[in-house]
Amino acid sequence: MIGIIRYGAGNIFSLTATLDRLGIAYGMVNTEADLPQYDRYIIPGVGHAGAAMHKLESTGLVPAIKALDKPTLGICVGMQLLTSYSEEGDSNLLGLFPIKTMKFPQTDGFKVPHTGWNQVFPEKENPLFTNIPTGSHFYFVHSYFIEYEPLYTLSSTNYIHPFSASIWRDNFYGVQFHPEKSGTYGEQLLKNFSQI
Amino acid sequence: MLSKRIIPCLDVKDGRTVKGVNFVDLRDAGDPVELAWNYSQQGADELVFLDISATVEKRKTLVELVKAVARQINIPFTIGGGITEIADADALLNAGADKISINSAAVRNPQLIDDLAKAFGVQFVIVAVDTRVMGDKNIVHLNGGRLPTERQTLEWILEAESRGAGEILLTSMDHDGTKAGFDNPFLTQVNNAVNIPVIASGGAGSVQHFVDVFQKSNVDAALAASVFHYGEILIPDLKKVLKQNDIEVREV
Repeated sequence: MIGIIRYGAGNIFSLTATLDRLGIAYGMVNTEADLPQYDRYIIPGVGHAGAAMHKLESTGLVPAIKALDKPTLGICVGMQLLTSYSEEGDSNLLGLFPIKTMKFPQTDGFKVPHTGWNQVFPEKENPLFTNIPTGSHFYFVHSYFIEYEPLYTLSSTNYIHPFSASIWRDNFYGVQFHPEKSGTYGEQLLKNFSQI
Repeated sequence: MLSKRIIPCLDVKDGRTVKGVNFVDLRDAGDPVELAWNYSQQGADELVFLDISATVEKRKTLVELVKAVARQINIPFTIGGGITEIADADALLNAGADKISINSAAVRNPQLIDDLAKAFGVQFVIVAVDTRVMGDKNIVHLNGGRLPTERQTLEWILEAESRGAGEILLTSMDHDGTKAGFDNPFLTQVNNAVNIPVIASGGAGSVQHFVDVFQKSNVDAALAASVFHYGEILIPDLKKVLKQNDIEVREV
């Protein structure tokens, strides 16, 4: 069963609705004592990365999250929290990936936020993208991106330049797009995560 | 490549879709959730629900609708119509709406854009603008295009962007309902002037009109209602033609 980390950053109705539709069981993690009853975790998040980190810190869950050894998936800002630093609010984050979250540079012909459906290209054999064709479209909406780093980039997307559409290290996964809003391939990705 | 988005728009009154709907295989053409599901299966990239009811129970009805849509639909959706304060937006966000669209309320109280963007992020705030040419100028209109204001449209759009609009939904009232094509020259002017996504609306009558609006104005998305509702254009056919014209689209 998936434990959803609750720390007050954004609404999770669409995520839980999608899990309900897929018949994937989940519960809520509010404190450290809630963690052991789940076998995997999702860290959701929308909005400002610095503010989200601040909220996560105030739950007291940070040391326990850093020590997790079960499959853990960060979504959107929840993924950015896994990195070491964000330019948004000049914030130090969880540091589970020694890479940075940066603002898209102002570039002619490219609007920010990066809004809409863009193609995702997996770069490694991995269980998260099982049965998802390479180049499938996922729904993005973000002004900050995680730098491309071959060691940790699980899949990449190109907007202005290539960036990490998803990252992977040991039991930690992160996706910049919103699988709960990304049609059937998004649903497939959540199904895959529930079976890792 | 980032895809160009195709967005069907559903008019909703008291929780039911209005305007003719001519889909086959729908049990209930007035059920917005079933209609929305049908569009998502066809490959719509996003949906807009515009609530045109004017009851005191409006917010409650709208929240129930948003929850029902969020439970069933796996693509992003926007809700608009009568949102005038933070509390309206908060209730809709918590019910699962991805974005809200504000129109007259933003013109009457521009600070609302700042407040919504600050509270929920710019990606949550679409500013819808109804424009009509008066003399030789595009002028912002309220109340569904009936009431002219003093504001020039481009100037208002730039102000909305600077206040925190995450996207602009621009409807040309002169083109709306004509099925003679989008207002490509003005959409080009607006699209070149802003650094946020622009959704074109008003005038779609044929597949070629969508090709034209993307090729000529380079807007990010195109919205239409009746051509989709009456089955005059099917989204898979539309996307096929867009692709043949080297316009990036998402296929399902």
